[in-house]
Amino acid sequence: MAALRSTSRLVASSKPLFRPAIFARGYATVDSVAQDPNPSQTPRMKTFQVYRWNPDQPTEKPKMQSYALDLNKTGPMMLDALIRIKNEMDPTLTFRRSCREGICGSCAMNIDGVNTLACLCRIPTDTAKDSRIYPLPHTYVVKDLVPDLTQFYKQYKSIKPYLQRDTKTEDGLEYRQSPEDRKKLDGLYECILCACCSTSCPSYWWNSEEYLGPAILLQSYRWLADSRDEKTAERKHALDNSMSVYRCHTILNCSRTCPKGLNPARAIAEIKKMMAAH
Amino acid sequence: MARLSGFQKEVLSLYRSCLREIQKKPIETRSNFKGYARTEFQKYLSISKKDFNAIEYLLRRGHKQLKIYSCPAIRNIY
Repeated sequence: MAALRSTSRLVASSKPLFRPAIFARGYATVDSVAQDPNPSQTPRMKTFQVYRWNPDQPTEKPKMQSYALDLNKTGPMMLDALIRIKNEMDPTLTFRRSCREGICGSCAMNIDGVNTLACLCRIPTDTAKDSRIYPLPHTYVVKDLVPDLTQFYKQYKSIKPYLQRDTKTEDGLEYRQSPEDRKKLDGLYECILCACCSTSCPSYWWNSEEYLGPAILLQSYRWLADSRDEKTAERKHALDNSMSVYRCHTILNCSRTCPKGLNPARAIAEIKKMMAAH
Repeated sequence: MARLSGFQKEVLSLYRSCLREIQKKPIETRSNFKGYARTEFQKYLSISKKDFNAIEYLLRRGHKQLKIYSCPAIRNIY
């Protein structure tokens, strides 16, 4: 009986979902009738210049390709524009995207000179100026806007980003934390590893082989600050050389560019403080 | 023989490491691997000596592919 009731409620609640025009369009394209009460409005054409490079023709140089879109018919974000270009104008355009809401970090790219997530970046409404879209700077390009993040993930792996602990709790239950200890992780655990900060750091550009970069150091500090982790001394020892941490010269590009509003520079400063006391 | 440029040396060393890896494969499929490696190199014979970006990219890709194919679980190639 209970099961029956729950299904009937489901059917009832699904009714208001049947709204017209919702199913007829893709998400990146705005339904102009629904969106625009004044159909005589002039089209707002904006030009997007997108970096193009095809690995199948390695002898061809990378080039910028222009696409003009009517902003009245495009969603508000850069990712909407890119998806619309790919759907309607040029299916060969390649870029990574997944969640379209700034939680996966796939669509990190350089938009108008700033590393950011395309899904969190509004399209500038000034139609006179072109928007320029590049892949993340100083990364090897796989294709068009897709950067090769192998080195970045290798470095992430090298800091052992997981809880290291030998002792069990007294009652054998989960490892508990006081609210104060948990608070230390705020501003650290939100990082989605989009690589925007690391690829904006000049120090990382020149020493990406050995310097860990702001994103990885933020994660490193996340585990150093964790009250449940017991390998803090080992973690500090692994960072104790001239390259891993101390290539940070507090340029602060990382904190400026972070699309999630985090502060990797503060985390690096905290690591330096911990190392000094060590 | 003329002195080789840095790139030429790198390409040759990549080819040599390919041949070495092929020696670790089962004897009956070695010719398949060798044929594959040769055609991959031959595809880009026409690239200009001065096209540094393309050569650099292809070297990087070659090293990556070599790393993937040198996995012992891969025993044949078609």
